[in-house]
Amino acid sequence: MTIIASLVIPLVGAIGIALAGRVNANFRESVTLITAGVLAWTVWSLLPEVLAGGRPAVSITEIVPGIEIAFRVEPLGMLFAALASALWIVNSIYSIGYMRGNKEKKQTRFYTFFAIAVAAAMGIAFSANLFTLFLFYEVLTLSTYPLVSHKGDEKTVRSARVYLGVLLTTSIGLLLPAIIWTYVAAGTGDFTMGGILAGKIDGPEVGLLLGLFVFGIGKAAVMPVHRWLPAAMVAPTPVSALLHAVAVVKAGVFTITKVIVYIFGIDFLAETPSSNWLLYAAAFTIIAASVVALRQQNLKRLLAYSTIAQLSYVVMATAILKPLAEVGAAIHMVAHAFGKITLFFAAGAIYVASKKTELHQLRGIGRRMPWTMTAFSIGALSMIGVPPTGGFVSKWYILAGAFEADNYVAIATIIASTVLNAAYFLPIIYFAWFEPEQPGAENDHGEAPFFAVLALTITAALTIGFFLFNATAIELERQLVSP
Amino acid sequence: MNPSEHLAALQVVVPFLAAPLIVLLQARRLAWAATTLTSLLAFAIAIALTHGVLNGQDHQYFMGSWPAPYGIELRVDGFSAVLLLAITGASSAALLAGYHSLDQQIEPKRQPLFFAAWILALAGLTGIVVSADAFNIFVFMEISSLASYVLVAGGPDRRALPAVLKYLIFGTIGATFYLIGVGLIYMMTGTLNLADMELRIPEVADQSPVLVAAGFITVGLALKAALFPLHIWLPNAYTFSPHVVTVFLAACATKVSLYVLLRFDFFVFQQNITGHKLQFTVFFMSLAVFAILIASAVALFEKNLKRMLAWSSVAQIGYIMLGASIVSLAGLTASVLHVFNHAIAKGSLFLAVACLAMSFRGLRLGNIAGSAKAMPWTMGALVLSGLSLIGVPGTAGFISKWYLISAVFELGGGIAIFLTAVIVIGSLMAVVYIWRIVEHAYFRPPETDAVVREAPLGILTVTWIVALANLYFGINPELPVALSESAASALMGHIR
Amino acid sequence: MELLGYYNYWVFAIVLMVGFYAVIVRNNLIKKLLGLAIFQSAVFLMYITMDKVEGGTAPIIQEGVTDQIYSNPLPQVLILTAIVVGVSTTALGLAIVVRIKEAYGTIEEDDIIAKDRES
Repeated sequence: MTIIASLVIPLVGAIGIALAGRVNANFRESVTLITAGVLAWTVWSLLPEVLAGGRPAVSITEIVPGIEIAFRVEPLGMLFAALASALWIVNSIYSIGYMRGNKEKKQTRFYTFFAIAVAAAMGIAFSANLFTLFLFYEVLTLSTYPLVSHKGDEKTVRSARVYLGVLLTTSIGLLLPAIIWTYVAAGTGDFTMGGILAGKIDGPEVGLLLGLFVFGIGKAAVMPVHRWLPAAMVAPTPVSALLHAVAVVKAGVFTITKVIVYIFGIDFLAETPSSNWLLYAAAFTIIAASVVALRQQNLKRLLAYSTIAQLSYVVMATAILKPLAEVGAAIHMVAHAFGKITLFFAAGAIYVASKKTELHQLRGIGRRMPWTMTAFSIGALSMIGVPPTGGFVSKWYILAGAFEADNYVAIATIIASTVLNAAYFLPIIYFAWFEPEQPGAENDHGEAPFFAVLALTITAALTIGFFLFNATAIELERQLVSP
Repeated sequence: MNPSEHLAALQVVVPFLAAPLIVLLQARRLAWAATTLTSLLAFAIAIALTHGVLNGQDHQYFMGSWPAPYGIELRVDGFSAVLLLAITGASSAALLAGYHSLDQQIEPKRQPLFFAAWILALAGLTGIVVSADAFNIFVFMEISSLASYVLVAGGPDRRALPAVLKYLIFGTIGATFYLIGVGLIYMMTGTLNLADMELRIPEVADQSPVLVAAGFITVGLALKAALFPLHIWLPNAYTFSPHVVTVFLAACATKVSLYVLLRFDFFVFQQNITGHKLQFTVFFMSLAVFAILIASAVALFEKNLKRMLAWSSVAQIGYIMLGASIVSLAGLTASVLHVFNHAIAKGSLFLAVACLAMSFRGLRLGNIAGSAKAMPWTMGALVLSGLSLIGVPGTAGFISKWYLISAVFELGGGIAIFLTAVIVIGSLMAVVYIWRIVEHAYFRPPETDAVVREAPLGILTVTWIVALANLYFGINPELPVALSESAASALMGHIR
Repeated sequence: MELLGYYNYWVFAIVLMVGFYAVIVRNNLIKKLLGLAIFQSAVFLMYITMDKVEGGTAPIIQEGVTDQIYSNPLPQVLILTAIVVGVSTTALGLAIVVRIKEAYGTIEEDDIIAKDRES
């Protein structure tokens, strides 16, 4: 019941928002906030049961024999849903500040589709089989299209085309055949502890099917299917923050993790040499995306490439195929979410306050926007993995898993990428705080709107808070590998 | 007398009897009402027949109580039920939409005649489907064809005339080929009843007249079904006909010919002619692949909305044929399922186009730029049914793609990978051409300052009902799947 | 000699191809339709030929006559229907040609295509 409620609430909210938008803006924003609050409360109420080892499940309808729309809450999905629903509240607060501060048009459409996208994310989180997951995966793609193309000008439409093109091409072209292949080979697509494919396929076919999955799940942005993520940066910043740092991209890596753990099975993949390439592909993406990020001049694009690298952390951690690393992968989704949403909030706040988007404009901005830049610095430190931030915790687990597996490629990649992360984030922090401002009229601005600052303060606090209070999440994810 | 025994006959007789009455009605609204009621009645009969089929009883009916093979037999099974639903449903939806849409395109005083032709086309198409007699099928085929030539030529655009003449010539050649084939088989077996033919043909199966007949019948029906490369009559005929006629014909006309083709092939030829299965597979599979790839590619570059969708229809016929050419239970299920799902998807797409045509004179992509702002409901329905055409999960189109790819996977090996790639590439091209419409409608500024209003409520309601059917049958496809499976097992049952 | 024995069928094939050729090659729409009519007539011939039974008479049952051989009446009935269909097709086709003449002022296919391209 609770599961269905967590899908229906955002959808009802979407309708409510659409209707409320005809009355007035305050009413509409209240509906959004209330919906987000009720959703988070509903989702979090599932947590005790799942922690205690319960796996609430519900089946909606059997479409054809063997293929049904069904939901089942397991640790990974619980974590993802809890994360996304909680951050939706913060993000809605931020949206109010950002959208009003920027005087954006068509705000009702924005909030409506945002709610639908959240509903789709909930569907992905709780799906009990590949078919259901694919259903909501596509809903998420389509419902975010109007958000990405929000501005509606020529350049935006072109980027939105890349966004939709890459995501739909990969999902229909590779993911769908992979899913059907799985159903034909295993006779089912249910997410099952230990996997369902062991003994059903073997040899190079395993590597091929894994490839179809990994590149078919374009949302995980493993190179070379990462192009859509920088393209999506044309969207308003709240979209980039919640969807393209949390919900959409996390849905991607979440799906990959779920496929590896519950469809292939860790042990099955570990003894199949043809699947080794995944680790190298992820490692390559981490390094390559970090190097590209180093060369960016636009703040949001830099963050986008940093996201691509961080996503592959999760994929690589999963591909290490050791219990500790799997826990690390799940934890990293949370840690990165807190850090990256803070960074995007900060970038958006800077844009609202000053219309600045390029790195070289940011000299000395720390003195004008101290709150924003403090939060930005915390987020950046978390990306690098410096204590006391959440990023340190997850890196610790991933490294521990890599050592357990004696996987020196993974260890070397993590060390190298930490250096690269530091190389592109530290200069920004340094310039913002310690360089003098360039003279000019465009510098005549203060702090961002109150709601935006409030939101980014909350997420920065969460980033540090996760370093201290992560026991629940870790306990939850331990069940992922040892029930 | 129990009327339910006569349902199969009533399906055809009701519209036939209505046709002359409609001519007599002088007032166009009255004629419209009579036609629509008849069509809805036919739809109700089709539903009743389907209900019977789902309960496991195939309707068999002997005209004038003459037993087969002497009399004319009517027969309704799962496959026929799918077609009957598509035909009568499409006709009813199109007629309801025509209340608003037709006045623009057909002069009021000619409307009663137009409606009479419509109802004859309906009678002919249903007649083909229920008939189990090869020659009777020919007669119904010609009735429906002649009536639909009249319908297509009814619009105000003069370019419809050469298009319809082309349609007429190709249609007549196709029907004549079929007639030759039937004649040759009659010569060899002495029967016209399909079931009887199946029993008698093994004795003469490998004699040359039967082989020639197989060739003539296959090519003739492929021509009528617009199977690539015999499709050249289709795009223009669909483009220039009155909008609601396009809805009607696009949803079912070509599929009825495919139905006859599959029936003939699987009942009569498949198991009796040496090597036929292989030829059937190789021949149709390669044509289907070409149809999917080439027709989709043409649709990519097409600027006229209706013609783009017409080319897409050619590609979709490829999908249907691809499923059948696998000659397996799964393949045929996918094929019949796609007949049904494509009928809904294309039907609602063309209905949405008819809505657009209420406000826009031209239907080139440039003309409809910015239409989403003034016509949000129309464009919403168009996007929804477009998603179904692409095969996005949650829509009817996805179900048939799922079945089709599963059937292809059963083949295994390189051919499975190749065909999957073809299906996928075809779907992706559909994404591109549907999205071209979306981008024009949502993001381009309007061409002119003319005031554009949303389509009237009536036509919009019909469009949305059909568009929502795409969702309904995407979530709950029990009905079409059950019918398709029974159709497939009936067809495969004739292969030993 | 056997081949010549089938001369009716030879005629059928030749007439069929003559009609088909006209449909494909002729530029004038009326001639195209005439070709189509010839094409259909060939099939009538085929049906009439196949019902002929050597030595058979008209299939009328006479009292007292039992050893009579009849020609098969069914193909004749069938082809009667087909002829009706053929006539209506030709009539409809000609009607469309009349309207094409009204709308385009020509019945040459090339000219029509050229005019369509202009507009």
